[in-house]
Amino acid sequence: MEFGPHFLLATLEGALTAAVLALTAVGLSVVFGIMRVVNVAHGEFFMLGAVIAWFVSTTVGIHPAVGFLLALVVAPVMVGFLAIVADQLVLRRLDYDPERTIVATIGLLYCIQQVTLMTFGPDARPVIPPFNQRIALPWFELGEQGFQVTWPWGFGVTTYKLAVIMFAVIILVGLWRFLARSKFGLIMRATQLDREMALAFGIPIERVYAIVFGLGAGLAALGAVLIVPIRQAHYLMGGEPLLLSFIVVIIGGLGSIPGTIMAAILIGLSDGIISVFFSPTLAKIIATLLVAFVLVYRPQGLFGRRLP
Amino acid sequence: MATLSLLTTRRVCKNFGGLDALTDVDFELPRGQVRALIGPNGAGKSTFVGTICGRIPPTSGEIVFDGQDITHLATHRRICLGIAYTFQITSVFSRLTAYENVALGVRRIHGSRWQKVHSLVMEALDRVRIADLAEQIAGDLSYGHQRLLEIAMGLGQSPELFILDEPTQGLAEGEIEGFKDLIRSLSGQTTILLIEHNMNVVMETAEFITVLNAGRILAEGTVDEMRHNQDVQAAYLGRD
Amino acid sequence: MRQNSNVVALHAGILASLLILFFITSAYHNGNLARIMVLAVFAMGYNFLFGYTGLLSLGHALFFSAGMYGLGISMHHLELSVLPAFAVALLFTAMVSAAIGFLALRTTGVAFMIVTLMFAQAGYLTILLFGKYTRGDEGFVIQQAERTLFGLDLTDPSIRYFAAFALFAASYLFIAWAVRTSFGRCLVAIRENEARARMLGYDTARHKFLALLASGVLSGVSGAGYALLFGYAGATFASVQYSILPLLWVLLGGSGTTLGPLIGTAFAFYLVDISSEFTSAYLLVVGAAIVFLTLFFPQGLAGEIRRRIAPWLP
Repeated sequence: MEFGPHFLLATLEGALTAAVLALTAVGLSVVFGIMRVVNVAHGEFFMLGAVIAWFVSTTVGIHPAVGFLLALVVAPVMVGFLAIVADQLVLRRLDYDPERTIVATIGLLYCIQQVTLMTFGPDARPVIPPFNQRIALPWFELGEQGFQVTWPWGFGVTTYKLAVIMFAVIILVGLWRFLARSKFGLIMRATQLDREMALAFGIPIERVYAIVFGLGAGLAALGAVLIVPIRQAHYLMGGEPLLLSFIVVIIGGLGSIPGTIMAAILIGLSDGIISVFFSPTLAKIIATLLVAFVLVYRPQGLFGRRLP
Repeated sequence: MATLSLLTTRRVCKNFGGLDALTDVDFELPRGQVRALIGPNGAGKSTFVGTICGRIPPTSGEIVFDGQDITHLATHRRICLGIAYTFQITSVFSRLTAYENVALGVRRIHGSRWQKVHSLVMEALDRVRIADLAEQIAGDLSYGHQRLLEIAMGLGQSPELFILDEPTQGLAEGEIEGFKDLIRSLSGQTTILLIEHNMNVVMETAEFITVLNAGRILAEGTVDEMRHNQDVQAAYLGRD
Repeated sequence: MRQNSNVVALHAGILASLLILFFITSAYHNGNLARIMVLAVFAMGYNFLFGYTGLLSLGHALFFSAGMYGLGISMHHLELSVLPAFAVALLFTAMVSAAIGFLALRTTGVAFMIVTLMFAQAGYLTILLFGKYTRGDEGFVIQQAERTLFGLDLTDPSIRYFAAFALFAASYLFIAWAVRTSFGRCLVAIRENEARARMLGYDTARHKFLALLASGVLSGVSGAGYALLFGYAGATFASVQYSILPLLWVLLGGSGTTLGPLIGTAFAFYLVDISSEFTSAYLLVVGAAIVFLTLFFPQGLAGEIRRRIAPWLP
């Protein structure tokens, strides 16, 4: 393939990564923004989403599409519910202390991973996408005979990938409107701005925290369900989305949702593009160093304002 | 002239986001004097001493301590030059013992000479009459004792300039009497800048008074002069 | 002054009992203890920064692996003998620690945790990137023939035990001494209230930097010692897991105590060792133990002893 088609393909792959990453990272971002909790187990909630999607789609044996659509609802809800239980049993009792919650969520990470290994097993398992037509893409070139349309071999995209990108955009826009317009969104922002004041106004902080933690985990699970037909479910798959979400949340400005989405697009695209042209390891090194330096020299993030 | 005064500030201003907390404060503190800094709430007293010890950088102006320009010096270096500061809001290390609280300040000067450190720590605790509480955890002490410990932490550093920010706030009557004795015993050896609301304490301990109002120096003079100054009475004393 | 003699007796007792354990336990436990002592050095290094200075790093695997690969590469590829290789490892770790200290200490709290995590991750990925020399996750073995010091074969179980003991004892005594100096006391003051420590005239930035440097170098000593005594260097030791383990050991044993890291390392080691006899799900046990301890023993084992029985515990 020529450089041009290659580049476009990399951008499409990057957009897919960005879409899933945005969902996962926004989940981490609301939890950090509102609860001030760094949830190290976030990647495991992602992994659980993928694993539950596999269980649902294999037990419901009518048609792959039915199983998948069911998983799209069941997995986020189950994971969100599990997160709420974890919040009530552990985080709440630690009084949401920033350092101790980090350690406790590390413990949760080990537990979730091990339980998944014991039930789901060590193998990577695929989920069949509900639809998966391949669209070959044309390429336009200015050759010796003037303008030419060519069909480079291997240059194409599946309908499923396009659907994932669109679905993620719809969810994110919906979430943004929900947070901006609804009463719960208002309560969340009030809690984020001033916890004491929110308490004084009779906002049930602990219930808000539980819902936020559930919502964050549910978003990660949703991202995982979307990606699992493309990349298989595996009990160790949570590490990478955790790291990338961290990167995105920090570059976007801790706790800022629009910033997080912008950063997800930036990181997703550049990850896709850099890893097509360079080694993916180098891409990750650059991304992690970027995060570190952003935090050192610009702690409010590239797009964020100063921390409150 | 300059050699006589330990601390001089020239045209010190501090602006907090558009609000002038201090305006052109020219202040001179001779060596060995006990000076009281008084003024109504919000007059800028704590901000002013904050600029002296480095907690708050002034917007403009110059601060000279012991002949050296310290305007841009880091906080810890100023403390090393011999400025000790006791916080208005008690700020002891609440999980360490009273002894260790004082020893931290002493060790910065005398390092690992344990005998010397020990005797200076006990002397400082003794001067505020809490030597018997040395091994108590500071956070377990009563509020008044924590205030005294805060003072002992300053004393332990044998400072040239001792800045006390409302030291008698929250002290019991007997403890206030003890505090007055302490200041009298220090006068002559240590230069003291005392921010104080309790006029009784000011009148009995200070040699000279500076009145701050709305970020400016309103008046300066001896205790008697201030007692009869019309402006001061209008701005401050009159309300008492 | 009675407390002083208690402390000295305790330190002597710990070191003596580690020597005695060699003669009364089986070869299997000897091997375990050697490993525990080397890893406890890592935990002690971590504790110096976390327990005493109050800085929670999530990137200490970087320092451990810097020591490990510093020694491994210089022996395996540059064919240096043990002592020069160890010196290279220490120098390299010190450089890495200084660089991280310079950058990461500009941040505090959660940002510090994430910055250290990110630098360690970049280090881990760098090891993978240069897989040609580092052999990545697979790692490489340092030949038995090269692992000799003063004519002693470091692969011999007894000699290995005493070499591990020597590393442990030196680090332990260093920590026991350092935390009693005015420098060490100032670190505690910074942990408790940094702004107040600054108002007592301490250059807290310098103290934190030196604490991180010492902590990093001790972790590197442990990494280099591990590579030397167990003959292996691999990228796994640079992964996030090895940044979390020392935190776990210190929390289990009691942060801010001299003895805590050893207790915690031994406890965690045998927790895994014993639970993996019954179940393959040892990570579940470890995970549950972490959650349980953060909930109910925030001060760790030695910390609880200090709180309840012996307030003089160093």
